[in-house]
Amino acid sequence: MSQREFGFLKQRLVHSVTDAVRGVRERVESAYRDVWIRGEIVDLRRPRSGHVYFALKDDSARLRAVCFRLQARYLKIRPADGLEVLARGSMTVYAPQGDVQFVVQHMEPLGHGAQQLAFEELKNRLAKEGLFDPAAKQPLPMLPRRIGVITSPTGAAVRDILNVLERRNDLVSILIYPAKVQGTGAAETLIRGIRVFGRRGDVDVIVISRGGGSSEDLSAFNDERLARAIFASRIPVISAVGHETDFTICDFVSDFRAPTPSAAAETVAAARAELHQRVDQLTRRAVQACHLVLHRKRSRLARLAASRSFIDAETRLRYFLQRLDELQGRLAKCPEAFGRPRREKIADLTRRLREAPKRHLADLRLTVAGRSRELQAFSPLAVLERGYSIVSTGDGTIVRSAQQVAPGGRFHVRVRRGDFEGERLRNEGQQTTRSKRRSGKQEP
Amino acid sequence: MKYKDFEQALGRLEQIVGELEKGELPLEQSMKLFEEGMELSRFCGTKLDEAERRVEVLLRGSEGDLDAQPFDPSEGEQE
Repeated sequence: MSQREFGFLKQRLVHSVTDAVRGVRERVESAYRDVWIRGEIVDLRRPRSGHVYFALKDDSARLRAVCFRLQARYLKIRPADGLEVLARGSMTVYAPQGDVQFVVQHMEPLGHGAQQLAFEELKNRLAKEGLFDPAAKQPLPMLPRRIGVITSPTGAAVRDILNVLERRNDLVSILIYPAKVQGTGAAETLIRGIRVFGRRGDVDVIVISRGGGSSEDLSAFNDERLARAIFASRIPVISAVGHETDFTICDFVSDFRAPTPSAAAETVAAARAELHQRVDQLTRRAVQACHLVLHRKRSRLARLAASRSFIDAETRLRYFLQRLDELQGRLAKCPEAFGRPRREKIADLTRRLREAPKRHLADLRLTVAGRSRELQAFSPLAVLERGYSIVSTGDGTIVRSAQQVAPGGRFHVRVRRGDFEGERLRNEGQQTTRSKRRSGKQEP
Repeated sequence: MKYKDFEQALGRLEQIVGELEKGELPLEQSMKLFEEGMELSRFCGTKLDEAERRVEVLLRGSEGDLDAQPFDPSEGEQE
């Protein structure tokens, strides 16, 4: 080495690789401490560690990126290859590989900010127009026969709904309108679904639902035309679109909102068993109420028949009749001064006076007879009239079960005319009974 | 009285039971209402039990119109 070359070497500052890389790293870190970078995700890897490794690229450059496990858990979106994102984080240099690396803290899909604004604006506008008005919401049918489901036919929503109906053993039919729930043209298919069901008119309620994945793009359900189609629908619409906390426009405008497709199915499928119970209960109440009415009428009738005024009326009638006879007699003895017409008039009046109470009494008698007949039908004696017999045990308890009379035990039989005692045969399997007839007692 | 609608029938049954329980009606009317009530009860029971479970999907037929076809959840893309 010449003197000149050696001198040249001595003046140069020679770094180690580590130092050099460290130096670059420090400068990069300070210059790119908290930055937003926009690019397309590629080469995404998710090893077991939970850290997410990928790269961001655009047309001419590529940047290694990582999102560590802690931050990755709280990412609002699920990163995937091909996704255009806005990523926020800090740059560094990964020394072992000498690569510039972008450590990501937060990511959002491109256009998210603008999307949010548009959503808010639409929501406010439609709310002002009254599309979300609770008063405008239609009630759900009590006993739907057929549910129209608008969703992706391959998605989990359909399976979930079917599972719920299977579990509840509900007899309700389903008609699926296969739609696209995300991507281009999705909103159009959803709108067509609403319109088709409306035209066909063969479903009682519509359930509109996302496919089922949690990372789905729900923008189709925020479409204004869809909102208007749902609002205009004469068939009630249930929305099972939004996630637990995110509501879409579809959720706001529908007649009912369910958090999941399963929940929608639970709501819609008629609580058939409960309705059965309700009908049974009402029937019981009706029968009871009727018995009460009859009982009351019967009591009232009995009271009236036994009342003094009823009896008195007959007595009084007889008294009046007697009086009339008396008066008529006196009238006949009266001087001719009264004149013929007057006498005739008096005779006529007298006659009518006699007839009226008789008629009234006859009417009463008819009414009472009628009511008695009605009551008779409910009387146990009517049962006997029809040829049945009433069997009772020694203490008077009515026998309804064969077990109430032991073999060898005695029982009492009452028939339409008369009654007698009996003794159950001791032999097993014998259906007939031997009986001893008492003296024939006539029954009223 | 013809009832086409379960909900309608149930509502009328509720109404009838209310009237009967009030007990202010004359005997004949009570009996008539009771009969109507029993008819409604039978109708509701039938409606609750009748039904079938069909699972179908609307598919576009060869003429381009939509037809209800049986749906098999295990199948792949339908449309």
